[in-house]
Amino acid sequence: MAQIFHRSTNFLSRVSIFGAIFFLAILLWLFYDLEASPYTTQQTIAREQPVQFSHAHHVGAIGIDCRYCHTSVEKAAFAGIPPTKTCMNCHSQIWAQSPYLEPVRESFRTDKSLEWTRVHDLPDFVYFDHSIHVNKGVGCETCHGRVDQMPLMYQASSLQMKWCLDCHRHPEKYLRPKEEVFTMGWRPPIEQAVLGERLKREYHIRDEIVLTSCSTCHR
Amino acid sequence: MKKSSVGLPVHPSSTTKIGHAAGLPEGLDRRELFKFMGASLALAGVTACTRQPTEKIVPYVRQPEEIVPGKPLFFATAMTMGGLATGLLVESQMGRPTKVEGNPLHPASLGATDAFAQASVLSLYDPDRSQTLLDLGEIRPWSAFLGEMRLVLEEERSRRGAGLRILTETVSSPTLARQLTELLAALPEARWHQWEAAAPDNARAGAVLAIGSPVNVIPHVDAADVILSLDADFLTCGPAHVRLARDFAARRHAGSSGAEMNRLYVVESTMTATGAKADHRRPLKASEIEPFARSVAAAVGLGAPSGSAEAGGPFAADRFARAVAADLQRHRGRGLVLAGDHQTPAVHALAHALNGMLGNTGWTVVYTEPIEARPEIELESLRALVADLGAGKVRTLLILGGNPVFNAPADLGFRAALGKVARRVHLSLENDETSEECQWHVPEAHFLEAWSDARAFDGTASIVQPLIAPLYGGKSAHEVLAALSDQPEQSGYELVRATWKTRMAGEFETAWRRALHDGVIPGTALPVRAMATASLPIETRLATVEAPVSKTLSAGRETGAAAVARPAAERVQTGAETLEITFRPDPTIHDGRFANNGWLQELPKPITKVTWDNVAAISPATAQRLGIRNEDVLELSFSGRRVRAPAWVVPGHPDDSVGVTLGYGRTKAGHFGSRAGFDAYSIRPAAALWQGAGVEVRKTGEKYPIAVTQSHHAMEGRNLARTAAVEEIRREPEAIAKMGEEPPPGLSLYPPHPAHGYAWGMAIDLSSCVGCNACVVACTAENNVPIVGKDQVVRGREMQWLRIDHYADGDAANPRHIFQPVACVHCENAPCELVCPTAATVHSAEGLNDMIYNRCVGTRYCSNNCPYKVRRFNFYHYSTQFRAPSMRMLANPDVTVRWRGVMEKCTYCVQRISEGKIRSELENRTVRDGDIVTACQQACPAGAIVFGDIADRESRVSKMRRSNLSYGLLAELGTRPRTEYLAALTNPNPELGEARPA
Repeated sequence: MAQIFHRSTNFLSRVSIFGAIFFLAILLWLFYDLEASPYTTQQTIAREQPVQFSHAHHVGAIGIDCRYCHTSVEKAAFAGIPPTKTCMNCHSQIWAQSPYLEPVRESFRTDKSLEWTRVHDLPDFVYFDHSIHVNKGVGCETCHGRVDQMPLMYQASSLQMKWCLDCHRHPEKYLRPKEEVFTMGWRPPIEQAVLGERLKREYHIRDEIVLTSCSTCHR
Repeated sequence: MKKSSVGLPVHPSSTTKIGHAAGLPEGLDRRELFKFMGASLALAGVTACTRQPTEKIVPYVRQPEEIVPGKPLFFATAMTMGGLATGLLVESQMGRPTKVEGNPLHPASLGATDAFAQASVLSLYDPDRSQTLLDLGEIRPWSAFLGEMRLVLEEERSRRGAGLRILTETVSSPTLARQLTELLAALPEARWHQWEAAAPDNARAGAVLAIGSPVNVIPHVDAADVILSLDADFLTCGPAHVRLARDFAARRHAGSSGAEMNRLYVVESTMTATGAKADHRRPLKASEIEPFARSVAAAVGLGAPSGSAEAGGPFAADRFARAVAADLQRHRGRGLVLAGDHQTPAVHALAHALNGMLGNTGWTVVYTEPIEARPEIELESLRALVADLGAGKVRTLLILGGNPVFNAPADLGFRAALGKVARRVHLSLENDETSEECQWHVPEAHFLEAWSDARAFDGTASIVQPLIAPLYGGKSAHEVLAALSDQPEQSGYELVRATWKTRMAGEFETAWRRALHDGVIPGTALPVRAMATASLPIETRLATVEAPVSKTLSAGRETGAAAVARPAAERVQTGAETLEITFRPDPTIHDGRFANNGWLQELPKPITKVTWDNVAAISPATAQRLGIRNEDVLELSFSGRRVRAPAWVVPGHPDDSVGVTLGYGRTKAGHFGSRAGFDAYSIRPAAALWQGAGVEVRKTGEKYPIAVTQSHHAMEGRNLARTAAVEEIRREPEAIAKMGEEPPPGLSLYPPHPAHGYAWGMAIDLSSCVGCNACVVACTAENNVPIVGKDQVVRGREMQWLRIDHYADGDAANPRHIFQPVACVHCENAPCELVCPTAATVHSAEGLNDMIYNRCVGTRYCSNNCPYKVRRFNFYHYSTQFRAPSMRMLANPDVTVRWRGVMEKCTYCVQRISEGKIRSELENRTVRDGDIVTACQQACPAGAIVFGDIADRESRVSKMRRSNLSYGLLAELGTRPRTEYLAALTNPNPELGEARPA
């Protein structure tokens, strides 16, 4: 009886079996990479805003403190986006005629809010609280990056859960003295591992099992 | 369900499908179903990679000083029921009121609330609320209404107001009273009438009978060792019930506060929550309450004609009555007799007399001047109005609130008489049955939208402060009345301030701000009226007041009262089908005003656990005699009118009596209220507002499905809700622990959860719990819990995270009742956690049984494995109800709104725990005991629920859990629940032997 399959079938079947596994692996890797890519997380993508506000200028060049605008960062979950009035405190005097700032003046005139595009947007089932992080020695820079070097605001970190957990598991890697929380470009004076451990004790940071309990962030 | 054939209205929720398709579409076979399943699985995988939609941040232009986004503010205000106020603190999330709490400074609240107050925010955002001002169905501006009122004013001035009538509900508001007084002074022939379907007319008449003038009665339940309730549901009804429940609960603990535990006797004609709390309860027909009261009175030597054989009436030799009388006599000055608002004036007079005779007056009960602006018999007021309307004397009728077309006595002919008025104006929250009959309909501002003021049960005045501008341009009664004055455009704010400008002590602005901040105006509580026992003319009066009671009361009322008060021998022999009937306000929708409030509609009634309907309650014996079963449709014929009502057998209901509740059967209430239940007002005549003899009951042979959340009320020998007499505990301190078995310690297959910092736990004191449901609605409001509709409740899919189990054990004619609130007990060895395939429910370090919605795939294994049945599953996308524009404002921003296919359950209000923990950390301290209060705990009038850290041995919850009364529900399973219960103590009278005899 003649062979039903040609000899080359052996080769083809081997190739297709290994190929299928390889293909699936690539698919998974693609999927994973897509999930972590800026396409999904929007990391590093500068957003269009009604006014092209430059943190690099206001923070880096002029040196305005974060809290001048983000007033509730130390006492509430939400850091606070400044009301138009805050802009007009200065811009009724400086650059008062600049065409760039017309949307701000219009908002002030018409009493209609500026609509900013949210850059750091956590999913709705995550309840992040700025106040507790800022008061426990997590610097603005740790999550938001070198804001003082961003002409347009973008999201410096992925804001994915594994990124959160990295710090919730090992806060000592990131803690800094409370006085330096609002400093941009801070470098630990001694080794971070030593300083971090010390601050963790000093600030009564809870242990990993508490910080990684689901209900710490999800309700 | 073929309900339409029953002839009873079909509930909308049973015909409209909630969410998406309610089942397999027609013609879909198994193969196709699998295709769909495969496709949806593939799609589900793809959707996992969607990006977050772009969101906007919209800051203020000029930020108000006190607002920190995300931090709620609290404002004091007050809610009125029956005209009397309960002080509230309302949470405002960036300008939108989201949650109601009690005002600790307010005497009627003391920080707690009732179910109605908790649900009031839902009424505010109800999309069915009236949103436009209408004239004959045409939308008109407010200015058009002002013009019309100007016309009325000019017309009436020439006739001194002879053609003007104003109908309000009971008024305690000093501002409204001032406005009415001024209007009546300007137009002396105009008349002001009051009508409220559940007004305490009988209490007013009883006070006149006993004391000679309508007085306000303030019971001091906390000072009473022995309480006799004559059909008074004082723990869950009435303007002071929140306060009274607190006072009552404070005395349910033996030895805790040094004082003796109180003893409650209840004789009642319907099965109420108060009756369920009684140490000795006696179900009596409504007509037997008065003879019973007379017997007690006679036994303490009051008002009985000497030597007469009938001195004590039919209950003269009654063991129960004698024991009560003896107990009251033993506790002179420390006893208290309370009469129910629905009982006859004579019963009220007897209660006053008993309190006076026993030296209780001035100690456990005090009197003040009346609180209402004009206390009157409201039935007479309405009757006079109807007479004027019918005689064509009235050209303009202003109905400020209320719904008289729906709830006026059926035989008064209010609707017909109304038609004879040329100009009819109705102010109301809903475009309801009365609005339908009026040309002008003005949308009313909700109390959270309008300025007003009101008095509490002790006279304390509060400013009713709005939390939000009227959503739909609603107007308050003040503003509508102002339209009839020379300053028609005065705002409610100006009117209320004008009232208080002259009445507040000290500098006005300071006093005003203080009053707004505190929610009470100091020094406004009415002084206790000196009424020495001896000065009570009651003994002499009562001797003359033989049944039937005094004719000085209205003749019309008397026909009913007299029929009821007739001595036993003369009473109509209850034939095979002729029973007594009682009408009562509904425990969840009151007189019908909350009919469209879904939270209250879906709230199980305290005893029957019926939702979305009212029922005709009958006793087991009567049901058996008449061959009636649950859900049988009965035709009730009373005073020549008929209504069809589903029967419900209620253990503990008196025999030969049918109990119905008012407020259902509305036709124009909105999506939820219309056509739910049957209209008991349709057979409620003026002569028998609360009770009457001679209702004919006929079985129609039809069935009507009722949605209940608990269908079995017996514990079947398992000690789920444990109870013991206080004496028993004294003899055997470990009696409670011995009722159940504890598994040997350390014997568990579950991995241990080592302690990390806080260990959250809860203790619920069953002695205190009065089953009032405030906690259930508070939980619903706090945690964005959706309602599901009758059809889903029938299938057991209700979503309330907290339920109050009600057990009735023993003799069916008069069982022992106990309430047990059950939510997730946060087991340390949680059976749900081990079976979850996606780790969507896991243990937190602090002992919370966390529920992670975004991980849940809806296998429902956890729910199957939960012995407490406290997990709730979103079978449909119930939360779409939060998508209506107004409803979006209601949701609590601190709690996730859950999606279809997700399991949910009590979280111990984890959002409040987080908030409390963060607050403490920011202040560099640990959480103090009492810092974190769960929503149910905060609402509880009785203070039965205590939450806290059980790792702290000094916390209240730890101390309670160490009590010898503390036990874990189903602890024999080894679940180690974090919520423990304190067994309910009773204090039975040894003379009566067995507690609660039949």
